[in-house]
Amino acid sequence: MSEPVALKLTAKDFKSDQEVRWCPGCGDYAILAAVQQFMPELNIPRENIVFVSGIGCSSRFPYYMNTYGMHSIHGRAPAIATGLSVSRPDLSVWVVTGDGDALSIGGNHLIHALRRNVNLKILLFNNRIYGLTKGQYSPTSEVGKITKSTPVGSADAPFNPLSLALGAEATFVGRTIDSDRKHLQSVLRAAAEHEGSAFVEIYQNCNIFNDGAFEQLKEPGTRDDYLIRLEHGQPITFGKDGQFCVVHPPGGFGLEVRETASTPAEEIVVHDATVADPAYAFALSRLPGFDLRNTPIGVFRSVRRPSYDSVVQGQLTEARATVSETPEQQLAGLLGSGDTWTIVG
Amino acid sequence: MTKQIRQLERVVIRFAGDSGDGMQLTGDRFTSETAQLGNDISTLPNFPAEIRAPAGTLPGVSSFQVHFADYDILTPGDAPNVLVAMNPAALKANLADLPRGADIIVNTDEFTRRNLAKVGYASSPLDDDTLAGYAVHPVGLTSMTIGALAELEVSKKDAERAKNMFALGLLSWMYSRPYESTLRFLERKFAKRPELVAANVAAFKAGWNFGETTEDFAVRYEVKPAKMPPGTYRNITGNAALSLGLVAAGVRSGLPVFLGAYPITPASDILHELSKHKRFGVTTMQAEDEIAAIGAALGASYGGALGVTTTSGPGVALKGETISLAVALELPLVIVDVQRAGPSTGMPTKTEQADLNMALFGRHGEAPVAVIAPKSPSDCFHAALEAARIALTYRTPVILLSDNYVANGSEPWLLPEVDSLPDLRVEFATAPNGEDGTTFLPYLRDPQTLARPWAVPGTPGLEHRIGGLEKADKTGDISYDPANHDYMVRTRAARIETIPVPDIEVEDPDGDARVLVLGWGSTYGPIGAACRALRQRGLPVAQAHLRHLAPMPANLGAVLRSYERVVIPEMNLGQLAHVIRGRYLVDAIGYNQVRGLPFTAAELETMLEEVLKNV
Repeated sequence: MSEPVALKLTAKDFKSDQEVRWCPGCGDYAILAAVQQFMPELNIPRENIVFVSGIGCSSRFPYYMNTYGMHSIHGRAPAIATGLSVSRPDLSVWVVTGDGDALSIGGNHLIHALRRNVNLKILLFNNRIYGLTKGQYSPTSEVGKITKSTPVGSADAPFNPLSLALGAEATFVGRTIDSDRKHLQSVLRAAAEHEGSAFVEIYQNCNIFNDGAFEQLKEPGTRDDYLIRLEHGQPITFGKDGQFCVVHPPGGFGLEVRETASTPAEEIVVHDATVADPAYAFALSRLPGFDLRNTPIGVFRSVRRPSYDSVVQGQLTEARATVSETPEQQLAGLLGSGDTWTIVG
Repeated sequence: MTKQIRQLERVVIRFAGDSGDGMQLTGDRFTSETAQLGNDISTLPNFPAEIRAPAGTLPGVSSFQVHFADYDILTPGDAPNVLVAMNPAALKANLADLPRGADIIVNTDEFTRRNLAKVGYASSPLDDDTLAGYAVHPVGLTSMTIGALAELEVSKKDAERAKNMFALGLLSWMYSRPYESTLRFLERKFAKRPELVAANVAAFKAGWNFGETTEDFAVRYEVKPAKMPPGTYRNITGNAALSLGLVAAGVRSGLPVFLGAYPITPASDILHELSKHKRFGVTTMQAEDEIAAIGAALGASYGGALGVTTTSGPGVALKGETISLAVALELPLVIVDVQRAGPSTGMPTKTEQADLNMALFGRHGEAPVAVIAPKSPSDCFHAALEAARIALTYRTPVILLSDNYVANGSEPWLLPEVDSLPDLRVEFATAPNGEDGTTFLPYLRDPQTLARPWAVPGTPGLEHRIGGLEKADKTGDISYDPANHDYMVRTRAARIETIPVPDIEVEDPDGDARVLVLGWGSTYGPIGAACRALRQRGLPVAQAHLRHLAPMPANLGAVLRSYERVVIPEMNLGQLAHVIRGRYLVDAIGYNQVRGLPFTAAELETMLEEVLKNV
């Protein structure tokens, strides 16, 4: 293949002519701007990019991207995108979804897309609330959440989206935050380069129904002590002064946070996103507490496994490799296969 | 010893046994031998949903009925002339269907006290007068099979399992069937285990030779080939024909076929069949659920494939929301519903045609789709092509209503010439269609078909967004404008209603009938057979059959009004009759039955005779 021609696209090329209609101050604006600014980097012609979404505030996203796009039905975007991606491996297919869309009504499709490793880039905007339906608790809302539908507090335990994706053995799992454009784009870049399913959770603020849900991760005063910025190949330390680190205690099942000063350097875990066993990334996903302390962001896991699309296409290619007849000749042969008999007129 | 040979015009044989006795295979092979001979054929398999119900019990009985004749026939036959009963349960479950005088071949080895007790026989029906009036042929099928295989290197269990081939050999002798195709079949089926080829062939031959030598079978029968149009034929089930129709639709449209499906009885065989045809560019995906199956198919259609999903009633219920989306997106999609008895899980291996209301109306909002139904097993091929044609031409979901009876039943199929099949080629949009020459209007319609352009991703300059929100006419932008919604709803209805479909044809050979029988789907055979029988008795009756249920043929109202009485037999509680009454204000009489079995020609004949008396 020859060197691809630089398309010289800009963020403006990815803006559609539709008026953006999220609430003023919504975190979705920041994500949209970051995605539009990032897209030219892919150097993929706009016509070969498709955004498929479900239902919810975030799922209006495709209308604002000047690519191909489908705003589908609640929870079903991964299924629809699977059919598109498998039958059109030439396309770059992105799924935009929310916590209710992906984890509640569409939970089944999400985990099956991930286990199949369909070549989809799945962006889950997690605001821990149902916004479009005006403020009911979501499958990522914390226990006891007071909302319109849970006036005395929700009774159900939330999903940890990354733990769920890792349980489905997703080959790429990452997390980022709406307000940190540089970080968001770095995770998008890694996701786009990944062959197979890339699952990216984006913490997104709903300033109307769940304002400040991730405030500790954004406030300059707290964020450095709360966020663990994962870097492949680097020891996992964090805090304003690098005062915290992550270790794997001998005999334990998971990872724990310690004080760097009292921890021998060789005991600090060096982040490796390519660990084949999802247990490591799963342990990372379990670090945050209810108060959002110890929240890792970045690429948790990025491993290679043939995509569903490539396996299916491989089977088609192999089946057709030996075909020398025209389709019509093949069809005549197929119709006349098995036990036939002829009646002469 | 030379035996008498008697000529028959038609015979109905029912093979019945335990679900592990291989009755479906036995029936299938007998059918294939019969097809080779050139008889017309119609078959009816009938089996329990349980893969292995408790052995020897009534719920575990599996049967296969084959009707063959020297003239063209329309049904698998109302009542068997011959019953092969492999055990007491098979005898008890089927005896009520047999007319007096019928032949019964029983496997006496299975008539043990224990097996008799399992089905509530206090004494053996072979020893009392239960079977008086029938021609009973007691045969030790199991023991003779084991005896015939004594010299072979097979286990007793494998030898015993070959008893169905003994039965097949005996019946093949009785009806003078050519058996070469069965021997070839056994060689293929057991290619990896030569000892089983030898065992099954030996059992088959032992059965054949037994017929030839035993005194019990004094007569051998022949049924001459039927006069059928010249050409090459094969015997085919509805599910197989439907699968081939979808492959053919791919070839004739030049589009890849994408099937999204979730396993469900009785539709799974279509998924199995299509998964074999990757060399035609057919992709099959066994999805995680019914909703994903149709979602993936719709996604593939959006990308320029012929998206198909196959299921049965419970699956269609789950797919409703996605069908609605496809209505709004105006993309091609074929939804195959192989109907079974409902509601809920119902009777998954039994037939019914009670999903018509769901196909026509079972979605939220005004969500019209095209609906067509095949009338016989081989018609499933052409119905699949027709469904694809409508879906591709008019960019709409099409529901194809098959049912368990046509899906698993079989008949001879005159193979069509590939060149004679409809040309389904479509044109994708390639350039902007706006007046300014640069704008693309995804909902600017073709004035003839009312179809919108199919602009697939990958086409430069036509980037656009579609979705389930109401769209403005032409631009496809989100719109909440009241007048626009009213216009779009009416336009979506009109684009289905104005699809040209062939006029309905009336079969009324003498032209003097005053009563019209209107059917749809798989009732074609029994209705046709009943009408023929009445006409032969000098009672005029007209038959018309609906293949297109949405839109309906333009001449239907006029046809209905030209008869004094319209009778609509359906395997539901009157779903088509309700539509006909509502649409055409015709006082149609319903005749309804929901027993999980097709109508018999005889019951329709009796019913119609009553109607004729009263006009």
